[in-house]
Amino acid sequence: MRRVPLIFGLVAVGFVVVAALLALVWTPYDPAVIDPVHRLGGPGWPHVLGTDTFGRDIASRLMAGSRTCLLVGIVAVAFASAFGIPLGMLAGMTHGVVSRVVLRATDLLYAFPAILVAMLLAAAFGGSSLTGTLAIGIATVPVFTRVARAGTLSVMSQDYIWAARGSGISWASIAVRHVWPNIAPLIGVQASVSFGMAILAEASLSYLGLATPPTTPTWGRMLYDAQAQLFNAPLLTLWPAAAIVVAVMGFNVLGDALRDLLDPRLREVS
Amino acid sequence: MTGVLEVDDLSVDFGRRRLPAVRGISFSLAPGERLGLIGESGSGKSVTALSIMGLLPENARVRGQLRWRGENLVGRPDAVLSRLRGRDLAMVFQEPMTALDPTMRVGRQVAESYILHRDASSGQVRGTVLEALGRVGIEDPQRIADAYPHQLSGGQRQRALIAMALMNRPSLVICDEPTTALDVTVQATVLRVLNRQLASVQAACLFISHDLAVVAQVCERVAVMWRGRIVETGRIVDILERPRHPYTATLVAAARFDPSEPRAVPADLDAEPGAVPDDLDAEPEGAPPTRPYGGEGR
Repeated sequence: MRRVPLIFGLVAVGFVVVAALLALVWTPYDPAVIDPVHRLGGPGWPHVLGTDTFGRDIASRLMAGSRTCLLVGIVAVAFASAFGIPLGMLAGMTHGVVSRVVLRATDLLYAFPAILVAMLLAAAFGGSSLTGTLAIGIATVPVFTRVARAGTLSVMSQDYIWAARGSGISWASIAVRHVWPNIAPLIGVQASVSFGMAILAEASLSYLGLATPPTTPTWGRMLYDAQAQLFNAPLLTLWPAAAIVVAVMGFNVLGDALRDLLDPRLREVS
Repeated sequence: MTGVLEVDDLSVDFGRRRLPAVRGISFSLAPGERLGLIGESGSGKSVTALSIMGLLPENARVRGQLRWRGENLVGRPDAVLSRLRGRDLAMVFQEPMTALDPTMRVGRQVAESYILHRDASSGQVRGTVLEALGRVGIEDPQRIADAYPHQLSGGQRQRALIAMALMNRPSLVICDEPTTALDVTVQATVLRVLNRQLASVQAACLFISHDLAVVAQVCERVAVMWRGRIVETGRIVDILERPRHPYTATLVAAARFDPSEPRAVPADLDAEPGAVPDDLDAEPEGAPPTRPYGGEGR
């Protein structure tokens, strides 16, 4: 029974990843081709999930959109981790000025919502997937800083840190060998949550026209387009929403299951 | 050469309000000598230990002198102290349950300071680690070295910590209540292991405890701390018979001696006259002599 979440997570994430990879070489229809005759078609054959306002194949657009979503999620989380985690560990391992400067800078960044950062970047470089992703990444840095700092603080009060200090091990080595492995599970969970949030944020940024341009299909853009037909064709909204739910849930559940699997403390509870 | 460590008028206080924890204590340790440091919680025992290790928090102020082989350590930069720590100066901590990193295999942890101070590679060290684990009476050191701390019993963890502290054959081992967290039977075997290991590397030992009976199994001499001061120093046998300070008298009254071990001199030292450094390899493999229930479980 313990494996159920793992399998569920693997299947859900695997589904999205396979769809994204497949979309690189093949989609049932060209996701950009307009077919006014068959607009707003229900699910059936040959359009498995139906067609949208312009008669574009929804299944194809979902597949093409999964690529952008995965990329946005991975890049944004990687960016936020790369800056947030070291800063958080630094703040957790030092006292006084260094720690305070890092924390205040984090608070400052926290005050900027992703939308504002995205508008700023879009104004400077023109809105694209990259600026949207960067904006989400920047806005997520303080989340990782805080989680890493909280974890580091609790680890630093443990006896094994004293013991390591007592063996003459330097702070840098302690950070890498003792602090990081102990906060990694925490970070892993945060990463899976942030990944889901990034997909949602990208959807809302695209919705506002601040990230991916309208010509590229993304789940957020599809939601935006479907909104106008909410009462005529509610299924139009359902499909991209379901895709987002599956991806976000999949990554959350998978992250949780992986944490349980990889943490030696949880591995064999006898 | 005089002592390994001479503590001279050491005082420690904390914070802006300068709350004193240790008020002008002095003692010295000759090479191989063992001194018990005994007192109630808050009497300054652990602060004394941490100040010798140079591990006090930043808000601590240390005055007086800590002479390590004649050289004063007080006020030296951390880089100097961290080279001493783990190599010449080792510490066994109180809580075996938390003093091992839960995410690191026991063998790697035991090897960590050895590798650090000798620039050895982890491959060569494996044999040394297994040997060290065997010496502290861990059966099946192969399995224990590959295990994570939570898979070990309290006694096995404390043995592993002792092995870790003695890897670099330090000249001084500070034991901060190393058996307080263990139950009585395990405590006895761990103390026996500690005795034997200290004797085999001829390390001096500062043994901190609040239990006179435990100190008596390891040390010949004891210093009684009370409210940051050493109120009485002397041989344990003398203190047991004629406590001079009223606090010492209550300690003696509270001490619980095992009727089978009436002597204050550690029985093991007498029983094993051959426990000298050359004897390391001849050490019998596996368990210490008495294991009442055939093992400690996992």
